[in-house]
Amino acid sequence: MPSISRDEAAHLARLARLELAPDELDHLAGQLDVIAGYVARVSEVAADDIPPTSHALPMTNVFRADEPRPCLSSEAALAAAPDAEDGRFRVPRILGEEA
Amino acid sequence: MADLTRLTAAALAEAVAAGDVSAVEVTQAHLDRIGAVDASVHAFLHVNAEGALVAAKAVDERRAAGEELGPLAGVPLALKDVFTTADMPTTCGSKILDGWRPPYDATVTRRLREAGIVILGKTNLDEFAMGSSTENSAFGPTHNPWDLSRIPGGSGGGSSASLASYQAPLAIGTDTGGSIRQPASVTGTVGVKPTYGGTSRYGLVACASSLDQAGPCARTVLDAALLHEVIAGHDPMDSTSIDAPVPPVVDAARRGASSDLSGLRVGVVKELGGEGYQAGVETRFREAVALLSELGADVVEVSCPHFRYGLPAYYLILPSEVSSNLARFDAMRYGLRVGDDGTRSAEEVMSQTRGRGFGAEAKRRIMLGTYALSSGYYDAYYGQAQKVRTLIARDFETAFEQVDVLVSPTTPTTAFPIGERVDDPLAMYMADLCTIPSNLAGNAAASFPCGLADEDDLPVGLHVMAPVLADDRLYRVGAAVEQAYAQRWGGPLLARAPELEVDS
Repeated sequence: MPSISRDEAAHLARLARLELAPDELDHLAGQLDVIAGYVARVSEVAADDIPPTSHALPMTNVFRADEPRPCLSSEAALAAAPDAEDGRFRVPRILGEEA
Repeated sequence: MADLTRLTAAALAEAVAAGDVSAVEVTQAHLDRIGAVDASVHAFLHVNAEGALVAAKAVDERRAAGEELGPLAGVPLALKDVFTTADMPTTCGSKILDGWRPPYDATVTRRLREAGIVILGKTNLDEFAMGSSTENSAFGPTHNPWDLSRIPGGSGGGSSASLASYQAPLAIGTDTGGSIRQPASVTGTVGVKPTYGGTSRYGLVACASSLDQAGPCARTVLDAALLHEVIAGHDPMDSTSIDAPVPPVVDAARRGASSDLSGLRVGVVKELGGEGYQAGVETRFREAVALLSELGADVVEVSCPHFRYGLPAYYLILPSEVSSNLARFDAMRYGLRVGDDGTRSAEEVMSQTRGRGFGAEAKRRIMLGTYALSSGYYDAYYGQAQKVRTLIARDFETAFEQVDVLVSPTTPTTAFPIGERVDDPLAMYMADLCTIPSNLAGNAAASFPCGLADEDDLPVGLHVMAPVLADDRLYRVGAAVEQAYAQRWGGPLLARAPELEVDS
């Protein structure tokens, strides 16, 4: 049976960029373990020769004519930015201290 | 004139078109009702009184100029706060988007405006439409107008509660695993999930892209059909939008009102009942099936053996898509940013913001999806769930070779008390047991009121499922049972809801 340990939950939170308080992690790890145990029931179904379905309806790629059309102005795009500078999004440094 | 807030959308539109009442008066009556009851219901996260009155005035001016108005022009509507609106905040019930004003309108929003429908405001929901009770909203739960201590369903509990408390005659919901149908069921209202691709997802903030579908919510079947025709149809801005005519849902609703279902073949899904289903729900459901027979339908039992794996497959597929979709909330371009003090890196700011901005259910699903998609687990979980999805679609195909529609209860219980399941995720997930198969297969499905459960006098819903692009069959069945029940009960089910106390 699958199980999600506290360490594994902490790893998942890091991968998903979720900073969790220790008690929050304790709580979520226990719940995730229960849910993972439940969803593992899908393995009871013999489906080796069954094709997967990724979308509700069969779809093929959709194309449109390659024509210019109006888009958002930079003012509109930046209007809800947490921080902007010189007509651009201002973001925290993306490299480590040593860079 | 009678209390405008008690009229159907169809009647309101007729009254506006005939000049018996102005769209401004209709809108003001609903804004007054919101002011009187929403402090206790909490259906709305944002009310746009000024914008609504401006939109209503525009309808009145067009009418005065002799313009032909659409069939819902001048009718107010409550919009689930998961559709972008350029003139109102769009929060998705999340702190991470608190106060966010999108720079564009969703296609659904635009079509409502073009039809002259007056958007009163944005309704409450579980965060990013993830939940069955609205308790996962960062802004507090919505209360069920039938009993304010109970949940109004979810995720679209704000929309269902606004209808059941006469704050709006129309609402829009979205349905990923039952978020239109389950709230309709527990509030005694009508909710329809169209065929996947029937309505545009452009500007609908994504929960799980392969499952999400916008749909109409109303107090009557005809009102839902009229709204369905306004919002449905091909949209080049959504690559999963179906490029085919909208099924004739309004005609079907009008035809169904004759209460003649002769020739209709109905299948009762054997697997959706029994253990875990409330007795009063099963009793009302059996009566609804008997009613379908009385109205002329041929009823048989059918088996969909893989439906029991729908819920576990869904809780692998959905979190996988959620973990990808919610990755866009990265504190860089819009929404909340926490901890940007000049020393922290983008990654640290991102983690802090997401840790602070998302609620417990969003975190659970993001982490579960991250788990299901990790290498080593992918084939056993996500891959296997996608195969189960194929088997569920095949169950539907086989069933629809024998019958025209399938029926079940909409949800196993009536409205449960606020707080009862909030920290028990699996118990909460069970609320969508009957509704999830149609999301996985992409077909059309709806919930219609079918009475009150004996043990608690709370609404029960009849769930009807139809094949892909046969949405009109839902309306035929819904209108037929609505008409028959109205005769039997001497009025609509909602007339039996207790009157809310009114704040002066």
